[in-house]
Amino acid sequence: MRKLGLWVAVFLLVGFSAAPFLWSVVTSLKPRDEVFAVPPTYLPRGATLDNYAGVFEQRPFARYLLNSLVVAAGSTLLALCAGAPAAYALARLRLRGAGLVEKGILLFALVPPAVLLVPLVSAARGAGLANSYAGLVLVHAALNLPLVVWMLASFFRRIPSELEDAARVDGFSRLGILARIVLPVSAPAVAAAGVLAFIFSWNEFTISLVLMSRDEMRTVPVGIAMLSGASAYEIPWGRIQAAVVMTTLPVVAAVLALQRRIVSGLTAGAVKE
Amino acid sequence: MLLGLVLAVPLGISLSQGAGRFGELVSDPMLLKVAGTTGAFAAASVSLEILLGLLFALVLHRTFRLRGWVRAVALLPWALPTAVMAMSWRWIFNDTYGVANDLPLRLGLLREPIAWLGRPATAFAALVAADVWKTTPFVTLILLAGLQSIPRDLHEAMEVDGAGPVRRFFWITLPMLRPAIAVALTFRLIQALGIFDLVWVMTGGGPADSTKTVSLYVYDHAFRYLDGGYGAALTCAAAAAFFAVAAGAGALARGRARA
Repeated sequence: MRKLGLWVAVFLLVGFSAAPFLWSVVTSLKPRDEVFAVPPTYLPRGATLDNYAGVFEQRPFARYLLNSLVVAAGSTLLALCAGAPAAYALARLRLRGAGLVEKGILLFALVPPAVLLVPLVSAARGAGLANSYAGLVLVHAALNLPLVVWMLASFFRRIPSELEDAARVDGFSRLGILARIVLPVSAPAVAAAGVLAFIFSWNEFTISLVLMSRDEMRTVPVGIAMLSGASAYEIPWGRIQAAVVMTTLPVVAAVLALQRRIVSGLTAGAVKE
Repeated sequence: MLLGLVLAVPLGISLSQGAGRFGELVSDPMLLKVAGTTGAFAAASVSLEILLGLLFALVLHRTFRLRGWVRAVALLPWALPTAVMAMSWRWIFNDTYGVANDLPLRLGLLREPIAWLGRPATAFAALVAADVWKTTPFVTLILLAGLQSIPRDLHEAMEVDGAGPVRRFFWITLPMLRPAIAVALTFRLIQALGIFDLVWVMTGGGPADSTKTVSLYVYDHAFRYLDGGYGAALTCAAAAAFFAVAAGAGALARGRARA
């Protein structure tokens, strides 16, 4: 009996989490007249990929995808390259004030992008980085650094230091140890941090909206938010849901594939205090 | 460090740009209105998220088959792009074709369809619903980590003393979970107070500015009316207020644990 209660709860939880996404999938597969059927049909009578093809006709959706891919890959790489040495320093070198620095980093991870919108955009525009990949890559990398440093530092601490001591005896430098020993050993944690940084950049809307104002530089979330028909009464909902599915599917796949690493990586230092 | 430079320098610039304009904040009636909306939104969504997140965490803490997969699915809404899923929610709350009308109509809970996003009260409720869906997983994750750090023998000891599951929850689980709840509360309050993308896409702050939040207001001034100085002043004031509220709430939740 208690087992049954648990399964009902699990079922409700899964339903709650998956339903909106599944509804987008169902809508995106319907032919045009069925999308706008009243009352709506919950199992599509006919499935078609017309909406998916349509997305690419109406707007430069392929271009949005490319922009998002470039920015997300670039900023993830930058955040990892800058974050790994910082995390290593925090984890291993006994610097004074390291604890304070780590708390400060966490504080930055808290700030919602909207708060940073005005200062960041005015700084980026001042530096001539508006509507350029470099500008958004830099901003996303900066926003991602706190999480990357925090995740990597908490993982580095769990690596036994004997390995590194041995390497130092053999004459490796600090950076050599990081590159040749620590990073290979912690590849799973680096991968998890990288995936999260990539997802964050792929999803980010607020800064991208303002910084990338030219249509051909827009990222996918902004492009989708701007998708609409000639008039308010002609919003192409089928195509929009197709775009939603195409944008979210990679994220869904990544989360399902890496769920254990992501969950443990995120919660490692969350409630230590 | 690099991170400090990229984030702190712009904030400093903002402070200097907005410095002369702080006086205007006090006499801005619209600011009072959007601050009220933002506060109500944060209070409603975060309290629902903590409650629901606690329930989810308790379920996911139990052992059952396929738990890894269920956890991944439970985490999903949080990992999906907010602005993109806001488009899904707009479709769900569509007045003519939306599921939010069809399901209650079929179940007999509604007599006629509601223009969810067309009226202030229902638009607000729709935003809260979408935000709860989107960010409850985050709370679940933090509280789940908290649950896992509670030593098992505490429960066993009280079970031997004859305490039922309900008493064990209120005497052990909840007090031990306080620090985790404080963390979740602080994080979520700051994020909810700064909400932008969800509102921008779902309602655009409408109808009639009724769901406009502080961040949308800042955006309007800085990028639509091109009044960067006032936008900067608003930003500084908002950042200070967000942190104060969240830190206060966090300290409150944590402080009671010691008593």
